[in-house]
Amino acid sequence: MRRFFLPLGIFLVLSVFLAAGLKLDPREVPSPLIDKPAPSFQLAQLQDSRKTLAPADLKGKVWIFNVWASWCVACLQEHPLLVELSRQNLVPIYGLNYKDGRDNALAWLHRHGNPYTLSAMDADGQVGIDYGVYGVPETYVIDKDGVIRFKQIGPVTPKVLEQKILPLVRKLQG
Amino acid sequence: MIPELGQFALIVALCIALAQAVLPIAGAARGDVAWMNVARPAAQGQFVFIAIAFGCLAWSFVNNDFSVLNVVNNSNSSLPWYYRFAATWGSHEGSLLLWVLMLTGWMLAVTLFSRHLPLEMVSRILGVMALISVGFLLFMLLTSNPFERLLPAAADGRDLNPLLQDPGMVIHPPMLYMGYVGFSVAFSFAVAALLGGQLDATWARWSRPWTTMAWVFLTIGIALGSWWAYYELGWGGWWFWDPVENASFMPWLLGTALIHSLAVTEKRGGFKVWTVLLAITTFSLSLLGTFLVRSGVLTSVHAFATDPARGVFILGFLVLVIGASLTLFAWRAPRVGLGGRFDFVSRESALLANNLLLIVAAASVLLGTLYPLFLDALGLGKISVGPPYFDSVFVPLMAPAIFLMGVGPLAKWKRAELPDLAQRLKWAFAVALFTALLLPFTLGKWTPMIAFGLLLALWVAVSGVVNLRQRVAQLRADNGLGTGALLKGLPRGYYGMLLAHAGVAVFIAGVTMVKGYEVEKDVRMQAGDTVGVGAYTFRLDGFVQVPGPNYEATRGLVTVLKNGKPVRTMFPEKRMYHVQQMPMTEAAIDAGFTRDLYVSLGEPVGNDAWVVRIYHKPFVDWIWGGAFLMALGGVLAITDRRYRLARTIEREAAGAVSAVTA
Amino acid sequence: MRRITALLLMMMLMPPVCANEAVPAAQDPALEQRVMRLTAELRCLVCQNQSLADSHADLAIDLKNQVRSQMRAGKSDAEIREYMVARYGDFVLYRPPLKPTTALLWTGPFVLLVAGGLALAFYLRRRRERLTQIELTPEQRARAEILLRAQQQDRSR
Repeated sequence: MRRFFLPLGIFLVLSVFLAAGLKLDPREVPSPLIDKPAPSFQLAQLQDSRKTLAPADLKGKVWIFNVWASWCVACLQEHPLLVELSRQNLVPIYGLNYKDGRDNALAWLHRHGNPYTLSAMDADGQVGIDYGVYGVPETYVIDKDGVIRFKQIGPVTPKVLEQKILPLVRKLQG
Repeated sequence: MIPELGQFALIVALCIALAQAVLPIAGAARGDVAWMNVARPAAQGQFVFIAIAFGCLAWSFVNNDFSVLNVVNNSNSSLPWYYRFAATWGSHEGSLLLWVLMLTGWMLAVTLFSRHLPLEMVSRILGVMALISVGFLLFMLLTSNPFERLLPAAADGRDLNPLLQDPGMVIHPPMLYMGYVGFSVAFSFAVAALLGGQLDATWARWSRPWTTMAWVFLTIGIALGSWWAYYELGWGGWWFWDPVENASFMPWLLGTALIHSLAVTEKRGGFKVWTVLLAITTFSLSLLGTFLVRSGVLTSVHAFATDPARGVFILGFLVLVIGASLTLFAWRAPRVGLGGRFDFVSRESALLANNLLLIVAAASVLLGTLYPLFLDALGLGKISVGPPYFDSVFVPLMAPAIFLMGVGPLAKWKRAELPDLAQRLKWAFAVALFTALLLPFTLGKWTPMIAFGLLLALWVAVSGVVNLRQRVAQLRADNGLGTGALLKGLPRGYYGMLLAHAGVAVFIAGVTMVKGYEVEKDVRMQAGDTVGVGAYTFRLDGFVQVPGPNYEATRGLVTVLKNGKPVRTMFPEKRMYHVQQMPMTEAAIDAGFTRDLYVSLGEPVGNDAWVVRIYHKPFVDWIWGGAFLMALGGVLAITDRRYRLARTIEREAAGAVSAVTA
Repeated sequence: MRRITALLLMMMLMPPVCANEAVPAAQDPALEQRVMRLTAELRCLVCQNQSLADSHADLAIDLKNQVRSQMRAGKSDAEIREYMVARYGDFVLYRPPLKPTTALLWTGPFVLLVAGGLALAFYLRRRRERLTQIELTPEQRARAEILLRAQQQDRSR
């Protein structure tokens, strides 16, 4: 008569998964680009549109790539952290200004501080698509060989910075 | 004051529920009549207090009491009063209160229509329902209080989501919840039977009308939801296999298996273990659905905004209720005993196969809905499972069941002869096949899917006719009466079955035709432009600005012409709701028996021109018409003479008792 | 002169459009149908569960444009899907790909059906054997007759 316990058994297994599911975020889309080379691009710089920025320029150093925009409300949450990080000079931060206007972007940086060594202007969002951006802000850690090693979806929090990003940066820097 | 009164009513209801949960069940175990007699008045009392609580919440909404947080989050003073009322259940907290109201409503119905049931049975049933009620009331009072105050009060509210400001919102959730909650009665009957050790044909007969009624409501609720999505979302879709839609569909599939299984238990005493298990799992899926929608575990357009803390509570409740009932099942089921014997080819085995197919279908929907969660929890990546999966899995599973729908009703109980069945049905099959293969040519397009869909629909319809003719012929041979008298003499339950099955045929026909022959045109139109879709010509005459109670609308004036003559004017709108600043498309639909004309506005382009989407959807209303027929069939079955006779016997018995005691 | 000829030629080669006939919203309706068919199976990543085809979100529109231009460039459906998956992962596909991790998903229903069917067939056979051993005793049979007769009388009343 053990077969009558089968429904209960199936249900208990199911509940374990449901319980596990409570800790997960069904809307988070993990990046397939981890451990893959950062997609190449060549975009005009925000500050000086005559110059360009490309990942190839940054080979040989570990860098943080932050996707931001002046219309992005959540970006304000992480911005002070990034500004502080840039002051510590541990790792250069490069920005991708996503689907924004130059004037608005510059004004925003002027108001809230500029942590970026340089920012690239992705006006039509094409580079964002190549990087799998779906919700601004997003942040990548890219190593010396130009390979993406980490992606943060949503604002960078102090916890993520301390526990994930900085240790990884130190490791990659050797 | 009123919100406090509502909250107090909830607390009183909880106390009553606790008493109702403990005393009657313990009383039934101990044979204590006094304790068992607590059940009925407690249930009625619970209903009264929940109704008071609901009334208080509704009052707060209709009277714009913005000191209640729920009202602030879901209403606005410029919202018309009927939507303010509907907003009562537009939120997580409010919909929970609606759930409990429905539960106590069903409890009340059980107290009123159960005179013929033994006291132990009624006590156990009401006791189990009260246990569920306790769970939900605790959930509300501890984590999701609809009466929470916002002090200082807000000046106005955030408005009801414009998508919900629609008549569909007023009826779809109540109907759906009546169905979901109604299966708690079947569940309680099953648990009561397991507790009491009496599981037989009589139990099945008592249980059947309640179960069928719940099924009817669920059918209507799902159909309304689908129809609502069709006309409200503006792009003409009607089913998306969204997790929340699936959460309502799975209980429906199992509920359908349940009502068929109950038929066997009642008529032949068989399938008792199946029936009890189905009753438990159908309601378990209802509860699971409640969890999925409110825990944040799955993404859905329908999901309420909630936090994981609530999810933990519901999950705990789920594990308790379902775990306990399945444990009870595992413990008591071996003692249930078998029904009569039946052959490999018989109506019983056809219904058994039907059970299997429906259960596998429900399991597949569950698998698809939860699979992304499984993989994510195991760290195996993140995937999406959407309509392409469900469509390709569900249809092949259902096709054999549809085929059985023609065979089963004709098969005899206990032993049916396969050659005899084949003989009776071969003509039906031939007609269905012939028509299905040729009809698409006359309609202008032939694809295998269209032919297959038509074959299924025609098969059900024609075999139903064969069934009726055979039944009448048999009766005539036995009784020699005229056809009219014979038809009147057939039980309503039989007509209910025919009608419900016909509803399935109509549904399949509708789906096949709309998917096969729908025409869509996306055009840029200025005043004066015309476009032809099918036999109709649509002419845009212009635009007007129309202010609404809480929105501003751009309304297009579209004249529909057939053979050069105007037959209709249609008014698609694009609304901008003031408070939430959300643009909404209000499609204009000209519904007809054989087709819908569907016009919706896209975006404005350039000067005075708009993108307009025009659809010609043949037979789309047959989708919901079919569901309605199914529900009607269920209602017919419930009003069968034997249940009314049962009431007459009850009345006579009550009369006899009072005559004796007088 | 050449320019005027070219212009005249172009005007002659253009299909005659009635002054009132509405122009399709898309430049190429056939291409648009293909775009809609493909994007109906792709998920909008910023929405609460909508396809790219149905969504009006900014990212969805960007991605639809991307799909359209790739189709114009001659890419196949499979190539475009690969493009999306390379950037967003399998999550973007509403039709889960067939992989070891999704084998259970795709085969589950049919395995369940076959297994269930077999289990049922075995069970039925065993049940038949069990039931043939149960017979009514003469007293039980007599009682049954009395009850049935009583019920018959009830019904004819």
